[in-house]
Amino acid sequence: MAGKFPLPSEITTPPGAEGWQELYSYSSTLSEARREYEDSMFWFQDGVHWPKALLPWDASLMELAITALSQYNTRHLLVPPANGIDFRIVNGYCYLSPVPAPEADIAMRAEAFTQRAGHYFMNWNELYDNWLIKIRDLVKQMEALEFNPLPDIEPLEVVTSGAGRGAGGKFQENYLTLLTCASTLWQYHFEFLNLGYAAYLDFFGFAKQAFPGISDLAIAKMVAGVEVDLFRPDEELKRLARMAVDTGITDAFVIGDVEATCAALKASGDAGLAWISSFQQSAEPWFNFSTGSGFSSQDKIWIENVEIPFDFIKNYITNLQKGADINRPTEAISAERDRIVSEYTALLASDEDREAFAGKLGLARVVFPYVENHNFYVEHWSHSVIWRKMKEIGAVLTKEGFFNEPGDIFYLRRHEVPDALFDLYHSWAAPAAPAGPAYWPPIVARRRAIVEALNAVKPTPALGVPPEVVTEPFTIMLWGITSESIANWLGGGASEDGSLNGMAASPGVEEGPARVIFGPEQINEVQEGEILVAPLTAPSWAPIFGKIKATVTDTGGMMSHAAIVCREYGLPAVTGTGFATSLIKTGQRIRVDGSNGKVTLLD
Amino acid sequence: MTTISWFESYWAGMRDEVGGKAASLGEMTGAGLPVPPGFAICTSAYRRARDESDLDAQIARLLHGLDINDTDSVSRRCAEIRRHIATMPIPEGIELQIRGAYLELSARGGTKEVPVAVRSSATSEDSPDASFAGEHDTYLWVRGAEDVIDAVRRCWASLFTDRATCYRVEMGYDHRSVEMCVVVQKMVHPRAAGVAFTLDPTNGDRSQVAIDAAWGFGESVVAGEVTPDNFRVDKVMLEITKRIISTKSHEYVLTDHDSVEKVETDPERAIAPCLTDSEIKAIARLAKTAERHYGCPQDIEWAVDAELPDGDNIILLQSRPETVWSKKGPTRVVAPGSNTGDFMSSIVSTLMSPLYSKSDQGT
Repeated sequence: MAGKFPLPSEITTPPGAEGWQELYSYSSTLSEARREYEDSMFWFQDGVHWPKALLPWDASLMELAITALSQYNTRHLLVPPANGIDFRIVNGYCYLSPVPAPEADIAMRAEAFTQRAGHYFMNWNELYDNWLIKIRDLVKQMEALEFNPLPDIEPLEVVTSGAGRGAGGKFQENYLTLLTCASTLWQYHFEFLNLGYAAYLDFFGFAKQAFPGISDLAIAKMVAGVEVDLFRPDEELKRLARMAVDTGITDAFVIGDVEATCAALKASGDAGLAWISSFQQSAEPWFNFSTGSGFSSQDKIWIENVEIPFDFIKNYITNLQKGADINRPTEAISAERDRIVSEYTALLASDEDREAFAGKLGLARVVFPYVENHNFYVEHWSHSVIWRKMKEIGAVLTKEGFFNEPGDIFYLRRHEVPDALFDLYHSWAAPAAPAGPAYWPPIVARRRAIVEALNAVKPTPALGVPPEVVTEPFTIMLWGITSESIANWLGGGASEDGSLNGMAASPGVEEGPARVIFGPEQINEVQEGEILVAPLTAPSWAPIFGKIKATVTDTGGMMSHAAIVCREYGLPAVTGTGFATSLIKTGQRIRVDGSNGKVTLLD
Repeated sequence: MTTISWFESYWAGMRDEVGGKAASLGEMTGAGLPVPPGFAICTSAYRRARDESDLDAQIARLLHGLDINDTDSVSRRCAEIRRHIATMPIPEGIELQIRGAYLELSARGGTKEVPVAVRSSATSEDSPDASFAGEHDTYLWVRGAEDVIDAVRRCWASLFTDRATCYRVEMGYDHRSVEMCVVVQKMVHPRAAGVAFTLDPTNGDRSQVAIDAAWGFGESVVAGEVTPDNFRVDKVMLEITKRIISTKSHEYVLTDHDSVEKVETDPERAIAPCLTDSEIKAIARLAKTAERHYGCPQDIEWAVDAELPDGDNIILLQSRPETVWSKKGPTRVVAPGSNTGDFMSSIVSTLMSPLYSKSDQGT
């Protein structure tokens, strides 16, 4: 493969970001001692989950997530060719490097994997039902963690019950429990995920052998579920919009902000009250939905920013009033899926082939609901709770003068938080002046400036020496990193004819003006009939997919959230272009060919 | 009795009325295999024209005492009969219906006088005399109602070729026993044309339709004179999976005097795709329908008619069985007799060499 990326050791610090390493764990940044190893590996930037420079505390969830992935591949399941994924934070961005399994171990690993993964495949439904219970219990456990200001005097029953412990100690303990829960959460996440992908890949491989020209999309459509939890939040919005129309309370939605709407609803009597209560029911858990990937403390969450779901509901109400059909045509989707499967089946060469095809498709369909649904439970619901709890801690520390605002907590590394909490504990107990109010504000201010400086520089898509071919199955599946996409990055983006290549993620061709946005806070800028161009999209952007004509992203593969949502909404999408947001300008006319993975700049 | 029968309103009970050729065109139209549009002038029209004129008497007079071994005499007398048919009056009601149908066909082609092919379609093709009749009676690029009616009469006249007439005389058959239907069909005026296979000719993949296409008449593609645009369409998803646009340096076009001529293609047009995406998909759909209709992989010739409206402009010119890959049979994935139940070993080998990395994305 021609060309190369900078070596990790060649990367320089952007101006204004000097000392950025203090934001992260020593083990997560590049180190002189590991230089030779680091320079010998290939690292790709994970813009799918972390499109911006990581905040210090946010890095915790990245570290826990990637480590849990690695743990399952390496220690639990012994995935034959693949060990885990090593990571480094470079200039604030997350870079990943797959670790291959030693050649000599592969036979042993294959045997162990067959036994271990086989157990999961054989008992999938039972284990998955149990997983849903585990994850809900975990959320409950985190929700129950209290982070209240410490009381002036412990309540009498603390003394009389003989508990022998108090609020100061509990506060610290709860934080550590929250960290433990986050670690457990990510271990649960990877208990199933790679197995789901493995079964999917097996069906995928068979289909490609039988039909060399079959598209990735056709395969995805045969496996994809019809009722998917990831679409549930959007379904709830539609349901609430329909309810407002059916019960004749839509007038309340034309009067300004959420507060005014709620007041009008309450004043309108039973129908309005019923709607509010129905909204509240939907909200838990379905509006624990991040406007981003769920991995950033800065992304907005619907339930904490109810103007977001309200705006979407208003939009749906308007569409309904215009006579539009906002229902998801589940019956048609299901019938189309059956048609596709039966037509390909008929084209197979023999009854043995048909039997194998049906068997592999069957297994893929058993395991795939996990792949489709886990994202809501982990990245959206559970992470929402984690961010909320962290803000509660931040609020207590703000009240004690440690911070200017609760969100400052995310500028502390996760192991700095216990230090601050001990400071709080001691100053409450003594009582004595805490050191924090003088200590933390300058640190937070400095780190804020560093993050801003890091965000100002677009990261290089990869570091080090690219492999001849990418064969690591999960890298391809999860991140859409292929030999082609690496070649594309090395080519610097646009090809000679002024077009960008990416993954053909959702079929169709559309032309229109581009709208380039860099994050969920810009969602409102998107106008009817525009083509969305973004570093990546999140499932919670679903409601704007009713407005746009097509989507182009910098990162992500066939299974990225943008791809799944676009297929669902029938919009063309090209993902993983690498450079769309830097080469395309808002207002520029572009053509998106989602069937061939090509974006053409027309102006 | 029906005089005019449009292809799209054909049904099996009409076979005797319209003859084999028209029946086949009607069947194809009904099966979603769009032949160029047109209509049949049923046998009843011929019968009425014959019966309302003195044709029988003329035939009896001209064939009286014919010696079928005297080829000069046969030839002279038959020519006389044919001349007579070619100029005989057509009952007014029938002539009006033919004119009306031609007018409607012209309107479909968006012109006043659409060029048509006029062909004979004998009713009993298994009887030899009928198949002699009209063997070569095809009139191409006929324009205007007058000329169409002339061509219809000339088709009728082909019942009295030397060979057919002698056969009937020899066998003692009544000349009234044969009847003639005539097919009037729009001439295809291709904006683009080419071929399509209902499998990928490079690897036998049955899930793909491969299309070669160039500007103008399909001769340039069939003869391999230009490098055509090449498209691959997934048969099930009807998505274009591959497209290669070539420089199509020349094309066969229709001249003002209805002849076909080879010309250089304007350079800008030469490098432009000769089909739109919806046309590509329509051709794939057509190929898929042909495959289903005939029950095996097909090799078709098609054209995009420049005069027909979008949606009705993809025309099937010919469909025949594909031979190369069909002989080998489809590619099996699983060896016969192997155990398809051992899913773990399959998953392990998939992870060891994921086909996923062998991207086959179109360019």
